[in-house]
Amino acid sequence: MGQKLLSTLTAGLWKRIPPFRLVLGLCPALAVTMSAENGLGMGIATAFVLTLSNGAVSALRNIIPSKVRIASYIVIIATLVSIVEILMKAYFFPLAEQLGIYIPLIVVNCIVLGRAEGFASKNPPLISMIDGLSVGAGYALSLTLIGSVREIFGAGSWFGMPVFGESFEPMTFLVSAPGAFVTIGALLALQNLYSRWRGEKFIQG
Amino acid sequence: MDLIYLAISATFVNNILLAQYLGNCPFLGVSKKLGTAVGMAAAILFVTILASVFTWSVFTYILKPYKLEFLQTLTFILIIASLVQLVEIILKKKSRALYNALGVYLALITTNCAVMGVALLIAKNELSFIAMLVFSSASAIGYGLALILFAGIRERLVLSAVPQSMQGTAIALVTAGIMALAFMGFQGMAS
Repeated sequence: MGQKLLSTLTAGLWKRIPPFRLVLGLCPALAVTMSAENGLGMGIATAFVLTLSNGAVSALRNIIPSKVRIASYIVIIATLVSIVEILMKAYFFPLAEQLGIYIPLIVVNCIVLGRAEGFASKNPPLISMIDGLSVGAGYALSLTLIGSVREIFGAGSWFGMPVFGESFEPMTFLVSAPGAFVTIGALLALQNLYSRWRGEKFIQG
Repeated sequence: MDLIYLAISATFVNNILLAQYLGNCPFLGVSKKLGTAVGMAAAILFVTILASVFTWSVFTYILKPYKLEFLQTLTFILIIASLVQLVEIILKKKSRALYNALGVYLALITTNCAVMGVALLIAKNELSFIAMLVFSSASAIGYGLALILFAGIRERLVLSAVPQSMQGTAIALVTAGIMALAFMGFQGMAS
């Protein structure tokens, strides 16, 4: 049992790290990663929703009739997202303003529904919450990484602190819309390269 | 004049897919063949306009007068999810041909953030009824345009020699980036 919990906990950090291994939840990964801080904020918000929704779905899995399960999951997720939205507006107002409509859009983030349907509906609550936490942490990690790459090279700073000297000319391309696609594409290719070098099974198709 | 400006801005300059990054999962998923991309684009156009009309009405006449804006997320997703189901059932019963053409894509649309995103943007900007209609249809047309163009490029991409690690999603994302760069050229038209 302990072994299983541990392997679930670490799976989200590499084996099924979104959005690279599980190609889900691309929209926020593209949209809010202008800076590392935004990426981290979005990642934590998603991780919070994912952990609690996995727990709730799993606790109710024997009560919800299978015909209306998707609709029920959506109601659970939407409730949690509303809570996050209100909390963020109360305590992290500037960040909430920057993330804008992408906070309510966590509802339609396929990772949350994907984990609810793919994992929480078949497993007991504790392990489901651990799965949500691990996949959520992996997502937060990826978003921070993407945000860092874009912020360091696109704006010359990291979490708002300047990293290069005065003479550095930032590549503004990376912080604008097209840069997001190219950054994620390049990181995905690097991830594939590394997996192939380690001789892991090639998942990207 | 304002409406024309709004339409051009929503279709090209602030293209919902390439500049606002909404609806990327189906963008990468169904853009492998031109035919499926056209079907998806049509389904999106249909559902976006319908969903916008309903969410706009609920927001303007129920949520706003009673100061219930914090329920926006919950009501919008429920409206969209039930609307998609309803449309599916009606189409199945009334128009078999249309259902066969759109059916598969309809189910996917519930989790497409483009529909929800358009509804949220309309509520955020407090558009009037006419402006809402123009904005939602222009956004959906812009989405369809980008999707169909991208599918065309991807069909050619299959035939070209791509480094092994870049194959699949990686090269698709880089291609989308270059397309987004091309769409940035429209920025002079309206901002």
